[in-house]
Amino acid sequence: MYTSYGMEAIAIGYASALERDDVIAPFHRDMGAFLIRGFTPGEILAQYLGKRTGPSKGKDGNVHMGDLNRGVISFVSHLADNLPVATGIALAFKIRGERRVTFTGTGDGGTSRGDFHEAMNFAAVRKLPVVFFCNNNQYAYSTPQRLQMAIHDVADRAKAYGMPGEIVDGNDVAAVYLASTRAIARARAGEGPTFLEFKTMRMHGHSEHDPAKYVPRELLEEWKKKDPILKAEQLLNQLGYGADAYFHEIGERVKKEVEAGLEFAEQSPLPEGPEVLEGVFAEEAGSY
Amino acid sequence: MTTETVQRQQEVTYLEAISQALDEEMTRDERVFLMGEDIGAYGGAFKITEGFLQKYGEWRVLDTPLAESGFVGAAIGAALMGLRPVVEMQFADFISCAFDQITEVAAKNHYRWGAAVPMVIRAPFGGGVHGGPFHSECPEGWFFHSPGLKIVAPSTPYDAKGLLKAAIRDPNPVLYFEHKFLYRRIKAVLPSEDYIVPIGKADVKRAGNDISVITYSAMVHLALEAAQVLAKEDIDMEVVDLRTLIPLDKETIYGSVRKTSKAILLHEDNKTGGIGAEIAALLAEECFDYLDGPILRIAPPDTPVPFSTPLEEYFHPKTSDIVSAARKLAAY
Repeated sequence: MYTSYGMEAIAIGYASALERDDVIAPFHRDMGAFLIRGFTPGEILAQYLGKRTGPSKGKDGNVHMGDLNRGVISFVSHLADNLPVATGIALAFKIRGERRVTFTGTGDGGTSRGDFHEAMNFAAVRKLPVVFFCNNNQYAYSTPQRLQMAIHDVADRAKAYGMPGEIVDGNDVAAVYLASTRAIARARAGEGPTFLEFKTMRMHGHSEHDPAKYVPRELLEEWKKKDPILKAEQLLNQLGYGADAYFHEIGERVKKEVEAGLEFAEQSPLPEGPEVLEGVFAEEAGSY
Repeated sequence: MTTETVQRQQEVTYLEAISQALDEEMTRDERVFLMGEDIGAYGGAFKITEGFLQKYGEWRVLDTPLAESGFVGAAIGAALMGLRPVVEMQFADFISCAFDQITEVAAKNHYRWGAAVPMVIRAPFGGGVHGGPFHSECPEGWFFHSPGLKIVAPSTPYDAKGLLKAAIRDPNPVLYFEHKFLYRRIKAVLPSEDYIVPIGKADVKRAGNDISVITYSAMVHLALEAAQVLAKEDIDMEVVDLRTLIPLDKETIYGSVRKTSKAILLHEDNKTGGIGAEIAALLAEECFDYLDGPILRIAPPDTPVPFSTPLEEYFHPKTSDIVSAARKLAAY
């Protein structure tokens, strides 16, 4: 199970900046984006439990959820595979003359893949309405950024494709939202793709089984102080949008929603064995 | 592109049949568009899309960067949004660069989350053209093993046109293997009206009672030549052209072998793990009681496709190989 601990601001920030008919092809730490797109805790937990009521009906698990009707492309484990796909979605918008945008991204490790480069290049050549981001959480599983690339800022990669690259504080939801809004506006105006590097830190292991002993403790301590949720609460507090009691109330409401979702998921049926044979081929195509 | 009206009353080549199918589908359905390397101003390495750029414009005849994985992935995205991309691999050999997008993304997509990928990848394949190890491959075997893809490989202009139209109208990713050796070598008069050749239907190209040769693409013509030689020896060979590799038309395959009781599997892809191996296993499972002799395979050796003429000639199956195999089987 891949979590978003310490990286919550990224998905919440960019997904909030999009319009309803825009499309996202999220990274596997973007649970917030699914929630904003209307995936309920019940559906999500059913997916994780392999239940028939999950978005993939038990055919796939974990964060591999998608729904064309909600403009969400299902994640593929092969990192950066969805970047060319997102580019093609933007191509469809451009061909049809629609003012819609695609938002997609990968991690620092994913930017080593050829598909990352092929997608960035094609999108820039054709000025496609797509925004790419990098969730730079400093580790790809156990591999630190310095063994992944010889540059300090992933954003530098954008130069090679003739597109703007911007470094953004990935733990500041307002900064993520504002940078995303600018990049989306640029894409929508036909000016082409932008690359956003959201700098952050992965506070848990790669997956929940991984104690991540390879990450220096002091690094985690340092980033703990920059927790994006605390940061957002402080900001909202300063701006007068809410105080501790309000955040506590939200927390209680969310807890209830998640508990109800868990009950739904647990009570949902598992798929029957023979359902394995269903759905290899489509009978009809969809659209969005 | 020559004018359609004149062309339709005349014989058209296999290559022209492919070009016609693309042109007609693009006219019929504005969602259909083309992507690939050098397909625009240049008209494609084999000139399949010559004149298309002028007719349909640069957003429907899209020259791509040299990045097969990137543009196949892009085709998947466009297909998800409701368009009908037809991707050209300059040579089928280069499809290996897009292997991941095809097998992991396109093939699994509908199964994983119910989103169909109506996309065609055209792949000029096959040898006999002195193309060497990187311009002669028959890579269909790699994809034959990946659930979620449909695979077709026509042998005639009629099938080439009809199968390409069917592939474009299919809601799934379809790999369309077109044989380079056949491009300008075979011709036929095609129907003037719109038609498709349904995916999943084999075609008996020559009916016979004694031995079934099960094959596809360019090898069909080799089998038909061998059948003529064997006819003089009173060996009546049936030639089953699979046309579609996935989904396999098992009914036609089994029907033929149950009638003749003898089977030769012939293909241009190398032997080990090829399509012939799978069909041989199916026949052993489903037609064992009907068989009067061993199931034989004729296929190239397990080597890359070589360049030099004597090497390539040695590599490829020949009419005489089929004749010898048939004689051997006739003795049972």
